[in-house]
Amino acid sequence: MELYATELMGSKAYDASGNYVGKVREFFIEPAEAPNRVSHFLLSRGHFQPLVAKYNQVAAVSAGKVELSVSERALELYQPNESLLAVQKDLLDQQIIDTRGRKVVRVNDLDLAEQRMNGNVELRLTQVDVGLPGAVRRLLQGMVPPKVIRKLQSRLPQSAIRWEFVNLIEPDPLRRVKLRITHEKLEDLHPADLADIMEDLSATERQSIIASLDEETAAAVLGELDARLTTQIVEELDPEKAADIIEEMAPDAAADLLADLPKETSEELLHEMPGQEADEVRELLEFDPATAGGMMNSDFVYVSEDSTRGEVLEWLGKQELNLDQLDTIVLLDSKAQYSGAVPVARLLLAPQEERAAALKMDPVLSLGPDADDKEVFELFDKYNLRMLTVVDKQNRPIGAITVDDVVSRLVK
Amino acid sequence: MDWSILKSSVEGLQNRGSDLQKRIRGLRRRLMLLLAVVGPGLITSNVDNDAGGISTYTQAGAQYGYALLWSLIPMTIALYVTEEMCARMGVITGKGLSDLIREEFGFRPTFFVMITGFFVDLANVVAEFAGVAAAMQIFHVSKYVAVPLAAILVWILVIRGTYRQVEVIFLFACVLYLSYVFSAVLAKPDWLIAAKHTVLPNLKMESGYLVMLTGLVGTTIAPWQFFYLQAGFVEKKVGPRQYPQAKADVLIGSISCMVIVFFIIVCCAATLWVSGHREINDAGLAAQALIPLAGKGAGILFAFGLLNASMFAASILPLSTAHVICEGLGFEAGLDHKFREAPIFYWLYTLLIVVGAGVVLLPNAPLWKILIFSQVGNGIWLPVVVIFILLLVNRRDLMGEYVNTTTFNVVAWVTAIAMIVLTLVLAYTALFQQAPPTS
Repeated sequence: MELYATELMGSKAYDASGNYVGKVREFFIEPAEAPNRVSHFLLSRGHFQPLVAKYNQVAAVSAGKVELSVSERALELYQPNESLLAVQKDLLDQQIIDTRGRKVVRVNDLDLAEQRMNGNVELRLTQVDVGLPGAVRRLLQGMVPPKVIRKLQSRLPQSAIRWEFVNLIEPDPLRRVKLRITHEKLEDLHPADLADIMEDLSATERQSIIASLDEETAAAVLGELDARLTTQIVEELDPEKAADIIEEMAPDAAADLLADLPKETSEELLHEMPGQEADEVRELLEFDPATAGGMMNSDFVYVSEDSTRGEVLEWLGKQELNLDQLDTIVLLDSKAQYSGAVPVARLLLAPQEERAAALKMDPVLSLGPDADDKEVFELFDKYNLRMLTVVDKQNRPIGAITVDDVVSRLVK
Repeated sequence: MDWSILKSSVEGLQNRGSDLQKRIRGLRRRLMLLLAVVGPGLITSNVDNDAGGISTYTQAGAQYGYALLWSLIPMTIALYVTEEMCARMGVITGKGLSDLIREEFGFRPTFFVMITGFFVDLANVVAEFAGVAAAMQIFHVSKYVAVPLAAILVWILVIRGTYRQVEVIFLFACVLYLSYVFSAVLAKPDWLIAAKHTVLPNLKMESGYLVMLTGLVGTTIAPWQFFYLQAGFVEKKVGPRQYPQAKADVLIGSISCMVIVFFIIVCCAATLWVSGHREINDAGLAAQALIPLAGKGAGILFAFGLLNASMFAASILPLSTAHVICEGLGFEAGLDHKFREAPIFYWLYTLLIVVGAGVVLLPNAPLWKILIFSQVGNGIWLPVVVIFILLLVNRRDLMGEYVNTTTFNVVAWVTAIAMIVLTLVLAYTALFQQAPPTS
C-alpha cells in the first residue's frame, strides 16, 4: 500500500487500547540508522508537550489514521534532535538535487511504502514527488476527500525521483555530517552538469558543495562555471583550500581565474601554491587574455624530433599526463628550438622505427605570445588545427593553444 | 637648442599620460564593478512609471498643478525602503521572493499568492497594451496595427534574447524616459514655483485631492515589482560582497523614477493646468492637448514617452509574472533556459501577452474598467506581499546579520501601513465611484 507524506501529516494517532493520543505534526528519518525508514512520528497534543512514537511502536498506518502498538505511557516526550531529518521542515518545499536528471528540483510531496516488520508497520520513503500530482495533493488535502484526490492525480503526468538519486542540500557542515549527507553522487556527475546545477543554487549552498567536493572535482567544476561565479566562490573559500583547488586546474584556466580576482587575493593564493605551479601561473598572468599568450597553456608535451615512434610512446606511457588534452606533441630540434608538431594519431599509425621528425605536420606553424586572438582564430580555421604552438623570440616553445581554448575564447 | 630638456619634458608628459591612463583604468574598474550589479533596481523603479502611472501623474498635474509635487520626496523614501529589503533578501539568500515564500510558508499560501498575482498582473498587462494603443493614436496608427505589432516585438525580444541583451535594451528604455524631461522643458513651466512646491508640503483636506494623492502612491509602488527586483538580483548572481552596489542601484532607481514623475507632473501643470484643461484623465489625451499648448514637439515627446513606458512594462510584467509563478510552484524558469527546458515558463509568458494584447483589440473592450481593476488588484495584493517581505527579512536564520535594524523596521512598517491604508482608500473609491476617481 502506498501512502503520501501529505496524507500522513495531520493524521490522528490512537494507542493500543484505541485512545486518541494526538495528531501527526511531523515525522523524521534517521539516516544514521536507516537511510529511508520513517523512524519517529511527532504527535502534538494541543497545550501539552508533544510525544514521539518510534517506528517499532506503530501497528498500522492509513491516510488520516495511525494506530500504535503500545499504550500512550510508553511514548517519550519530544526532544529536538539535529541528527533527524524532518520531512516537513527539511524536505517538503525545499530544493534537492536530482542526480539522475542532473538538475535542481523542488519537493512537492513524498511517496511512502508500507513494510511489515515483526508485527509492526514500517514506512519506507520510496520517491520524491516533484510534479503535478504532488502539487494537487498539497493544494487540496483536507478540502477534498482523499479518494477524490487520488482519482484526480492518477490522470496527471507523474514526475518523481527515486530516493536513492536524491542529493540533499544542507549548507551547515555539522548538520551534514549528522544527517550522513555526502556528495559522492555529485562527484560522479560530469563537471559541466555539476556546474549547471551549481548555477541554480544560492551562494551559500554553492559554497558548501564546493567546499565538500574533492579538489580535483572542484577544480573541474570551477573551470566550467561562469567567470563571475568562479571569482565569487574563490573569494569566499578558505585561502588554503582555494589554493589546493587552483593547483588542480590547468595553468591557463588558473591564470584566467586569478586575473579576475583582486590583486591581494590572487597574490595570497599564489603564495599558498607550490613554487613551480605558482611560477607557471605567474608567467601566464603576464599576458593579455586577448593574445596568444593569454590563451595558451604552459603545460604541454614535447619530445626531441630525433626520437622514434617507439621511444616516444614508451616515454609517454611513463608520464602522468592529462589524457583528455593529449592530442598533439611538440617537437624540439637539437638546439631546443621549435621544429614542428606531431598529432598523436599519426604517431600511433606509423612504423615503430619511424623518426618523429618525419611525421610532423606541414606547414610548421607557430605564433609569438603577443599575437592577438584574431590571428589565432584565423590559423585554426585555415589549417583545421587542433593545437598551435606558441614560441618566444628565440623560437623556443613556451606554450600551446588547444582547440578548446579557442572555443571558450570565441564563446566569450 | 637643448634637446635634453625637450626630451625630459616629453618623458614627463608620457609619464603623466600613463598616470592618467592608470587612473582611468581604476575608474573604469570601479564603474565596471557597479555596472555588473546595476540593472534590476534601475529597471524596476523605472518600469513603475508605466501606462497606468503616467495617466495618474498626468491627472495630478492637470488637476492640481504643482500642488502635489511635495509628495514625491516621501514617496522616494517609501519606494527605496521597500525595494531595498527585497534587494537585500535576493543578494543575501540568493533566492527569489516566491522561492522564499514557498520554502518558509509552504505550498498553499504560495499557490494563492501566485494565482492572485497572475490575474492582477494580467489586468496590468492589458493596461500596458491600452497605453500602447493610446500613444500610437497621436501618430495616427490604428490600434489594430499597433497592438499586435507591439505584442510580437515584446515576445520576440524576450524569447530570442539572452538575459544580458534584454537587460541592455531595458536599460536603454530607462534612458528614453528622458523624453519627459524635454517635453517638460518645452512646456516652459515656472521652475521656481515647481521647486518651492517640491520642498514645502501642501496638504489640502479635500476628498478629490486626497484621492489623487492616494492614486499617486498606489501606482508608484506596485506589488509585482518586488518579485521582479529580487529575481533580477538572483539571476545576476549578485552576492553579499556586492550588496553596497546593489543598494546603490536601488537608490539610483528610486530617485530617477521620481525625477521622471516630477517632470511629467510639471509638464502637465505648466500646460493643461495653466490653460484650464483640468478634466483630462488619460495620458493619450494629454499628449494631444499638449500640441496646441506647447508645440508639436512636446506632444510627440510626451506620446513617445508613454509608448516607451507601455512597451517597457509590457515586456517586463509578463516576464516577471511567469518567473514568479514557475519559481514558486517549482517549474524551471528564467531567460537563461531554452524553450524546451522551461516550457511552462515560456507558455505562461506567451499567454499573458496574447491575452493582454487580445483584450485591447476587442471592439468594445471595457478598458477603463480593466484599468481600475488592475489598480484595485494592485492595492489588495500589495499589503499581502509587503507583509510577507517584512516577515522574511526579519528572519535571522535566513538573513544572518543582515536582518532589518529597528530603525529600518519602523520606517518599513510605517511605509507598509501607510501604503496599505492609502491603497485601500484607492480601492474603495475605485470600486464605489462609478466615474473615474478624479473627474
